[in-house]
Amino acid sequence: MNASDFASLSAVALAARIGAADVTATDAVDASFERARSVGAGEDSLNLMLWSDRDLALRDAAGLEAGIAKAGKGGRLAGVPIAVKDNIATLGLPTTCASKILAGYVSPYEATAIVRLREQGAIVVGKTNMDEFAMGSSTENSAYGPARNPHDVRRVTGGSSGGSAAAVASGVVPIALGSETGGSVRQPAAFCGVVGVKPTYGRISRHGLVAFASSLDQIGPLARNVDDAALAMEIMSGEDPFDSTSSSQPVGAYRDQFMSIATNPAPLSGMKIGVPEEFFPENLDPGIRTLCERSVDALKSLGAKVIDVKLPHTPLAIPVYYIIAPAEASSNLARFDGVRYGLRSEEAKSLRDLYAITRSKGFGPEVTRRILLGTYVLSAGYYDAYYRKAQMVRALITRDFGAVFGDGVDALFTPTTPTTAFPIGGITDPYEMYLSDIFTVTANLAGVPAMSMPIGRVAGLPVGGQIIAPHFGEAAMFRVAYALEASLGPEAHQ
Amino acid sequence: MAVTHDDVRHVAELARLAVDEDRLDHLVAELNGILGHMDALGQVDTKEIELAAFAPSDSTPVRADSSGPLKMLAPLASFAPSVKDGFILVHRLASHEDSSDRAP
Repeated sequence: MNASDFASLSAVALAARIGAADVTATDAVDASFERARSVGAGEDSLNLMLWSDRDLALRDAAGLEAGIAKAGKGGRLAGVPIAVKDNIATLGLPTTCASKILAGYVSPYEATAIVRLREQGAIVVGKTNMDEFAMGSSTENSAYGPARNPHDVRRVTGGSSGGSAAAVASGVVPIALGSETGGSVRQPAAFCGVVGVKPTYGRISRHGLVAFASSLDQIGPLARNVDDAALAMEIMSGEDPFDSTSSSQPVGAYRDQFMSIATNPAPLSGMKIGVPEEFFPENLDPGIRTLCERSVDALKSLGAKVIDVKLPHTPLAIPVYYIIAPAEASSNLARFDGVRYGLRSEEAKSLRDLYAITRSKGFGPEVTRRILLGTYVLSAGYYDAYYRKAQMVRALITRDFGAVFGDGVDALFTPTTPTTAFPIGGITDPYEMYLSDIFTVTANLAGVPAMSMPIGRVAGLPVGGQIIAPHFGEAAMFRVAYALEASLGPEAHQ
Repeated sequence: MAVTHDDVRHVAELARLAVDEDRLDHLVAELNGILGHMDALGQVDTKEIELAAFAPSDSTPVRADSSGPLKMLAPLASFAPSVKDGFILVHRLASHEDSSDRAP
């Protein structure tokens, strides 16, 4: 098999072949690095990968092969190369959050999600480009320059997990990890034409994920198909003593239902799927609207009952999010002070100077803007008007979802984004950029699971459809996604 | 509630950020532009909302106080600038006494 053969294999198929010693983990790692070279993953082209170490990955592959030879099996992701967003702690490779303030930082421990993937045989081949500290919707805010969309290099990948989405879309890896705070997995997944999952808050441990907004942050997988994404979710999910917000709810066997879906002509029979009108505004891209309507028709033909629903507080989600997330960020990012991590000003003459000069040199414009904004809305005199009010409206948004799901709706279907990938440099107003998250932030605010999957293209650019489910309703979410993916067929990716 | 230049200076001080005076106009305009969109929240009736009712039931789990220290998978000396008796040494500041005795 050559590198392009590997690039066409799903993670499930690749792990099966490596586990059966049909191909080796070394071959898979070599193919991943060769693919990265051929698609121009480096800074002079797609700029999707910040840090990688071929020798380290090959050592891991050799270790895995020895294990397979000894035990006769290699795990559910045996030898599968994965890429990891640069804000998730890994051993052996830097974890910089694409920020100058963490330049050169190598974590002494690994994120629980990474540990669990490695236990199943996955091999980390690199750390991917992202918006600095995950603050952005285009991966243009990276200290290392913007990532570029594999479908059109003049356009953004989306963000903040843009490098991970591009790594999957370009065939460098079948699975990559991203993180979500307001849509940072789903929005780049939509822009790059791949599957992206935001789990229920608490489903996957946040241990080892550099904190941005702790009440919203979640790690999530990106993959080329629903099956691979579900497999990664099954492996990473579950309680973790290192994250007190991780849930003890049992993890579902999401993939067990897929076989019966494939052989059932009406696999969504008995399911009620809601279509919220607030996600289909008049100014929605007409091409995206048409593709969503086609998907809704497919859901009906798969046996689902589709009904109109209302989530009336959706238009308030962006103001709420851009108060709560910066407020939490202003606290979380206080730890980057020049003493313990990365960059340190050498010109400071006092401790206060050390903090201020280091932070101002180390943080980029968007991070600085959000820290100022977050500090302002938490400061005396403004806390009630902004932060407390935003928390109350967040409760109303959560109640909207509770009312719809409490009424017997199993899942919601919406567009993931209001537009396709926009040109690099095309949006300069911060609030206009924030609006690109308008269909994704509500799931983070309410803590419910949601995912994006390819549903077609407009003018050659991928379009994502979003499925949202109740808390810990990942099984139903994957059921809808798997059936819809099969129904739409390869055409959805073209 | 328009943000003023003094507000930005005050918030920058609280956030330990050094903001150049020549960037103040830009930052004031940006923050006012963003916060202007937040004013929509003030129109929403939230009198009946009890925030505590929306906290997840398992958001403050209680478990045995038995966790040990996090196992470092790399030796301390491989990522700390300097280690002495199991403690990480950080840089001295120039303003500290004995600053010539820099560690490390």
